[in-house]
Amino acid sequence: MKLTLAPAPHIHSPFSTRRIMIDVLIALIPAGILAVLMWGWYMLVLEIGSMVLAELLEFFIMRVFLKRKNFWPDGSAAVTGLLLAFNVPAGIPWWMLMVGVFIAVVVGKEVYGGIGNNPFNPALVGRLFMYISFPVAMTTWPKVDWLNFSRAAFNLQTTATPLNVIKLHGVTAALQKFHNLPLNSFLGIIPGSPGEMSVVALVGGFLYLWWRGIVSYEIPAAYIGTTFILSALFWMANPSAYIDPVTAIMLGGVMLGALFMATDPVTSPVTAKGKWIFGIGCGVITVLIRYIGAYPEGVNFAILLMNALVPFINQIAKPRVFGVVRKNG
Amino acid sequence: MSVWTFKGGVHPLTKKFGRKASIEKMPIPQRVHLFIAQNLGKPPKAIVEVGMEVKTGQKIAEADGFVSVPLHSPVTGRVVEIKKQKHPVTSRPAEVIVIETTGDDEWIKLNPAKPYEQFTPEEIVKRAQEAGLVGMGGATFPTHVKLSPSKKVDILILNGAECEPYLTIDDRVMVEFSEEIIKGGLAFAKAIGVKEILIGIEENKPSAIDAMKRVGGPLGIDVLKLTTKYPQGSEKHLIYAMTKRIVPSGGLPMDIGVVVQNVSTARAMYRALELGEPLIERGLSITGEGVETPKNVIARIGAPVSELLDFSKVKDEASRVILGGPMMGIAVNVLDIGIMKGTSGITVLTDNVVKKGTETNCIGCAMCVRACPMGLEPYLLYKMFKKRRFNDMMDTHLMDCIECGACAYVCPSNIDHVKAFKTAKNVIRALRRR
Repeated sequence: MKLTLAPAPHIHSPFSTRRIMIDVLIALIPAGILAVLMWGWYMLVLEIGSMVLAELLEFFIMRVFLKRKNFWPDGSAAVTGLLLAFNVPAGIPWWMLMVGVFIAVVVGKEVYGGIGNNPFNPALVGRLFMYISFPVAMTTWPKVDWLNFSRAAFNLQTTATPLNVIKLHGVTAALQKFHNLPLNSFLGIIPGSPGEMSVVALVGGFLYLWWRGIVSYEIPAAYIGTTFILSALFWMANPSAYIDPVTAIMLGGVMLGALFMATDPVTSPVTAKGKWIFGIGCGVITVLIRYIGAYPEGVNFAILLMNALVPFINQIAKPRVFGVVRKNG
Repeated sequence: MSVWTFKGGVHPLTKKFGRKASIEKMPIPQRVHLFIAQNLGKPPKAIVEVGMEVKTGQKIAEADGFVSVPLHSPVTGRVVEIKKQKHPVTSRPAEVIVIETTGDDEWIKLNPAKPYEQFTPEEIVKRAQEAGLVGMGGATFPTHVKLSPSKKVDILILNGAECEPYLTIDDRVMVEFSEEIIKGGLAFAKAIGVKEILIGIEENKPSAIDAMKRVGGPLGIDVLKLTTKYPQGSEKHLIYAMTKRIVPSGGLPMDIGVVVQNVSTARAMYRALELGEPLIERGLSITGEGVETPKNVIARIGAPVSELLDFSKVKDEASRVILGGPMMGIAVNVLDIGIMKGTSGITVLTDNVVKKGTETNCIGCAMCVRACPMGLEPYLLYKMFKKRRFNDMMDTHLMDCIECGACAYVCPSNIDHVKAFKTAKNVIRALRRR
């Protein structure tokens, strides 16, 4: 019997950073499988390839440059890689995605000192870089080709996304081009980034994380709720230029962004109150960019802008300390 | 029946292995090791010398002032040594009286011993001090001080929450000594002049709830079922859960008209009044994955940890011995120290359940913020601690921390918040003294 000494508590919850990241990857599996079913094996290569590259980059930087001898991968880089692969058009040349992964992991995360220190969501930093550097490839959306694994995704016919069509030609044109738009966007049978397609798959994954106690509901509720309400106001003002709010929250990156990108623990506020402020801010910026700005979609910018405000939100949204009466109301 | 609770907290596996094990009486140990400092406040002053013969219940250390209680010999025998030993609570060398038993058990009891109704309130308070009573849930604050509130009090709460995982002794005491607890509680109520007595018990102890209801119910004592959640037994959170009153920051329960006493303390009060027994023995659990048969025992104060462990058969895989429960208890690696008035259990953990792992970067997951029952931001306090910003920590309510360990329990990055906060509190107290 060899006795050890350590300060209390002597037991620990089953959670570790690694366990959380593995759970996030599990939650993303449904959307990942769906993407492969839609575009074939090439999509699987992109997903796995970016996860592996992200982990290798992080391992190399931590061990070689930062000299962290006891660093072991915790899976957070793989989450970044997978989210980035979910956020680019399915037919993207593989080397462009690799460049994006490099920027996401190195510039978005490791230069700040690794996990926990990055102010911006690394995957979104990578995506923004790609959006600016490869504008054509990043806006060329291949048509969905169900269960056709043999063809390379490069050669697929391209199409515009519903948000694009709405922006350029109005709602009527979009509804003519995309039959059953509300239902199909719920199921995920519309053109767009591979990971943001199916509301069912994304919400299912999120519910798993919520059931595991890893994420809280505030940010998605605030984000999606705000987008819904603002979209409803625009729609009521001019139903021919703006899509109805139910479809609006299912199109583009709102679901993926609200459920998996904005909820990144490192780059979101800590208190429930802070999360509400953060989510509402994301929703407002998203709708303003969509309907008033030059871009058809604003999730990427909205989350990055709100990321920058997180330190400030953490300052103003403090939890109520038990037994302390607040001064000034 | 509704269930009562507070905001925050964590749900470690309760692992109440010994909840069906009836309380056994430990044989009187060959030697007892008594730390003189067993209570919060001022430790008493020793009044025995090496070589002196002492009887069971004889006073061997005198209370030093009001916030202090005397210490009594738990056995009949001879003082063989007064030595210095590392005190597990303070980690500093402290005086220990070692008494070797002669084999007899001759008692010196407190006088008079009579039904509690015949004591006046003042006599009850006086007896609590004479008998060396302290809070037996672990805090060891002198009972008579709590029974002398300087403010108007209208509710007495008996704390039977026992929220620490593994520990089962309060549960068993409530089942097996219900009447003694109720009578002790009535004596407390008489001492502080309150009518309303509440008992709070976590809902994972149904037989204790039934027993207390059966005995206390007819006397108008309310038993409230509490959510099984750590730290439900924390004084402030127990009061909030049961009365919705909030102890102000830096204040005491009596500021909001409440006095809280542990159920085992109530039993000790009863025995001090009606049997004239000073506090020389207590119930405790010997439990954890590291023992063969988890037990609940009544043992003399000062009984060596090693003997108690032999009594329950320790496994070879045992890797940590804890005085108290796993959340707030203190690890020891020297087993010849004696149990104290505040030792509610000895938890023996095996290597596979002991918390370990190296600290990694905080990922801002806010699990600590959600877990903190005091509404603090442990992650932020820890960041300040790393930069040695003690004044900022104070402004961020460090002093409200109750050191329950919920934050360190949930932290996925394995950060030891509590250890850091204890250090910071000591630094701040030292700075204040200057």
